[in-house]
Amino acid sequence: MATKLPRKDVAIIGLGWTGAILAHELTEQGLDVVAVERGPWRDTATDFNIGYAPDELRYAVRLELFQRPAQSTLTFRNNDAQAALPMRQFGSFLPGNGVGGAGVHWNGQTWRFLPTDFLCRSHLEQRYGASFVPEELSIQDWGVTYEELEPYYDKFEYLAGISGKAGNLDGKIQAGGNPFEGARKREYPLPPMQMTYAPTVFAEAARAVGYHPFPSPSANLSRDYTNPLGIRMGQCTFCGFCERFGCANYSKASPQTAVLPVLMRKSNFTARTECEVVKVNLDRFGQYATGVTYVDSSGTAWEQPADIVLICAFAFNNVHMMLVSGIGQPYDPKTREGTVGRNYAYQTNSSVQLFFDDKIFNPFIASGSLGQTADDFNGDSFDHTGLGFVGGAGINCIPTNGRPISYRPVPPGTPLWGKNWKDATRKNYLRSFQFTSQGSSYAAYANHLDLDPTYKDRLGRPLLRMTFDFPDNDIRMSNWVTDKMEIIAKAMNPRQYVVNRRARPYSSVPYQSTHNTGGAIMGADPKTSAVNKYLQSWDVPNVFVIGASAFPQNAGYNPTGTVGALAYFAADAIINKYIKAPGPLVQS
Amino acid sequence: MADRFSLSPPLGITRRWLLASTAALGAAGLASSALGRTYRGGVLPWEPNDTSPPVPVRPGPWLYFTADEAATIEAMVDRLIPPDDAGPGGKAAGCAVFIDRQLAGAFGDSRRLYMRPPFMPGTAQQGLQSPLVPKERYRATLAALEAYCKATFAGKGFAALEGAQQDQVLTGLEKGEIKLKDADAKVFFTLLLANTMEGFFADPIYGGNRDMAGWKLVGFPGVRYDFRDHVAKHNQPYPLPPVSILGRSDWSVPE
Repeated sequence: MATKLPRKDVAIIGLGWTGAILAHELTEQGLDVVAVERGPWRDTATDFNIGYAPDELRYAVRLELFQRPAQSTLTFRNNDAQAALPMRQFGSFLPGNGVGGAGVHWNGQTWRFLPTDFLCRSHLEQRYGASFVPEELSIQDWGVTYEELEPYYDKFEYLAGISGKAGNLDGKIQAGGNPFEGARKREYPLPPMQMTYAPTVFAEAARAVGYHPFPSPSANLSRDYTNPLGIRMGQCTFCGFCERFGCANYSKASPQTAVLPVLMRKSNFTARTECEVVKVNLDRFGQYATGVTYVDSSGTAWEQPADIVLICAFAFNNVHMMLVSGIGQPYDPKTREGTVGRNYAYQTNSSVQLFFDDKIFNPFIASGSLGQTADDFNGDSFDHTGLGFVGGAGINCIPTNGRPISYRPVPPGTPLWGKNWKDATRKNYLRSFQFTSQGSSYAAYANHLDLDPTYKDRLGRPLLRMTFDFPDNDIRMSNWVTDKMEIIAKAMNPRQYVVNRRARPYSSVPYQSTHNTGGAIMGADPKTSAVNKYLQSWDVPNVFVIGASAFPQNAGYNPTGTVGALAYFAADAIINKYIKAPGPLVQS
Repeated sequence: MADRFSLSPPLGITRRWLLASTAALGAAGLASSALGRTYRGGVLPWEPNDTSPPVPVRPGPWLYFTADEAATIEAMVDRLIPPDDAGPGGKAAGCAVFIDRQLAGAFGDSRRLYMRPPFMPGTAQQGLQSPLVPKERYRATLAALEAYCKATFAGKGFAALEGAQQDQVLTGLEKGEIKLKDADAKVFFTLLLANTMEGFFADPIYGGNRDMAGWKLVGFPGVRYDFRDHVAKHNQPYPLPPVSILGRSDWSVPE
């Protein structure tokens, strides 16, 4: 039996970006908050120590900061006809672990989704007709609009000190920014970062062929910054150890650099680390959460009663928590009924690698979000009539590093070892770069998350089972955008360029993206969404499920900006609506 | 009942020790004596000098390989990355030492990975499904390969072959054309090549990339960390030599 602890107002599962933001907002209201985090405590000076933080083997290859499969993993299959098998090591995506979560190891590319992204199905049907969306897709509207989220995007961007240039201020297009973005009320808190050579070459070529490149918005800071909480961060030094690393320089926005120094000083906040929540406890009718049960690292179980439970883990871990706790009806792809596990989506990427003889790019001078983006073919910013697909992709030239265990570009056909490999590696390392497309991933009825019937985690719970393959729609989209990338590549006049297109079947092995979305999606209809627009469970109203798990489908952008906005939007609803009148915030 | 979470770690045991013991939890089940940690609000939970720097690999005897295995691996890494005018090969760069130390540590026994049964064959998209951990795979494959070489090359083991013959064997492993008894040649080759490249390009603190040979080959300046003075110098070579986590040998005072 679990030992019962004193009641708290709020129990938060996971202390990453969303957990830290919610904890800060709710403790400001005087609520007593505990966050339960299954990984270790981490802070900059200790854990991202500048004396040894730039260690590619330890952090980028052996994956020190990430969720360890021994603690928990997923099973995977491409379709229902296969038996799912465990991902014994992570490959295609790398979920974070410990305090800070994915906010520690991210690159910092911080976007707003397009206004039409939030009206995904209704906008497309209105513009192109009711039968335009391919039958395989289960895309939906979000139940919240860009205009509603704008102040919360702003709040997150100022918390994080995003460096960028507005492209649309109150409807007026601004030179130097993204002309396709939704209207923003004010500029980014910091100007764009100093530009390295490869993105400069890319932008010149993209402009020459008629596209509209601009500096990618970045959570790597272009200047020193003091955020609205009074926390100071430092200018990025372009060290090239961003993704998969904690920042030793206080230059990458993270819970550690933007929230925790204030949050941890509050007497009404407690963090419990190395404590893994087993489940959310429900009352005997399953209608109300009574708190959470967790085990500490000795295996001892504890019950933490709480009036509100916030599930703030990584996207698919949120879904797992709901399924093992019995919150909401699991999704069944055969009947297309049920909500939890529905609309799992990902990201549909492609790339072009260029090789030059006459240019030196110094790939090690880099940061995780320093580069240029052409957004001409993202979302529905271009006319899809006659194209045979919906969705789009950002075209990004953001060379994040030159770390040589993983980054050693050579032309195709080069042997993997021996004298010729060595010569080609030496010749091309400084003289090559890559640009990529980051494509939308539109939800399909067949792609979903549920509990695995065979494999268990260390606590005896079923592993989460992922069933996913790229929809044909998304492959058509990615190929079309990749054709546009070839036009840019040719304009740069390289010695050689190599196109890497996205193809089925999806593989869980090579790294692609840690932008896993959906499974506990938000929406206006409790039949097709697990949470309402405030991220409140339709079924258990004192549970909120916060993160990219709420995305009904994924857009052609990195998710963190939208995750941050949703966190602030949910916090606002809890403070100004729920606490005043606990119960469902939207009537089903 | 007392709140066990508020207990301080026993005297002399650092927070790191607790974290390290958690890392072993997957293998050890739930029998660990370490507790979770509570950070009560009000103060920053920061302790001076409570860091976990990497432990530098020391020269000396092999920690995992037998002498024969080590001779084979040294021969292999020197064919995968041959010495030439551009710099040392895999052997002189310490790739075999690197692999030996990696196999003796957390990588070698897959303690961080999901190793629960059942192990069933799957699709390529589902990733490797094998109960064999890296150090067992090395041992088993090297034994099978030695038998193959002796049977094929008139009693000679891999390390005793001519360079061209060694390349022929490595190519056979790479393409899966050599069938070994009770060992998957292709899976082994992929692992060996990955570990060799790790050894050649990882920080020298792990025993490979000796004298930063791998970094000098390509022009990677290591852990310089601050490139603000060069970011705007487009298309110009970076002028400074590489630095490791350990610093540079020319920074040391001669003894």
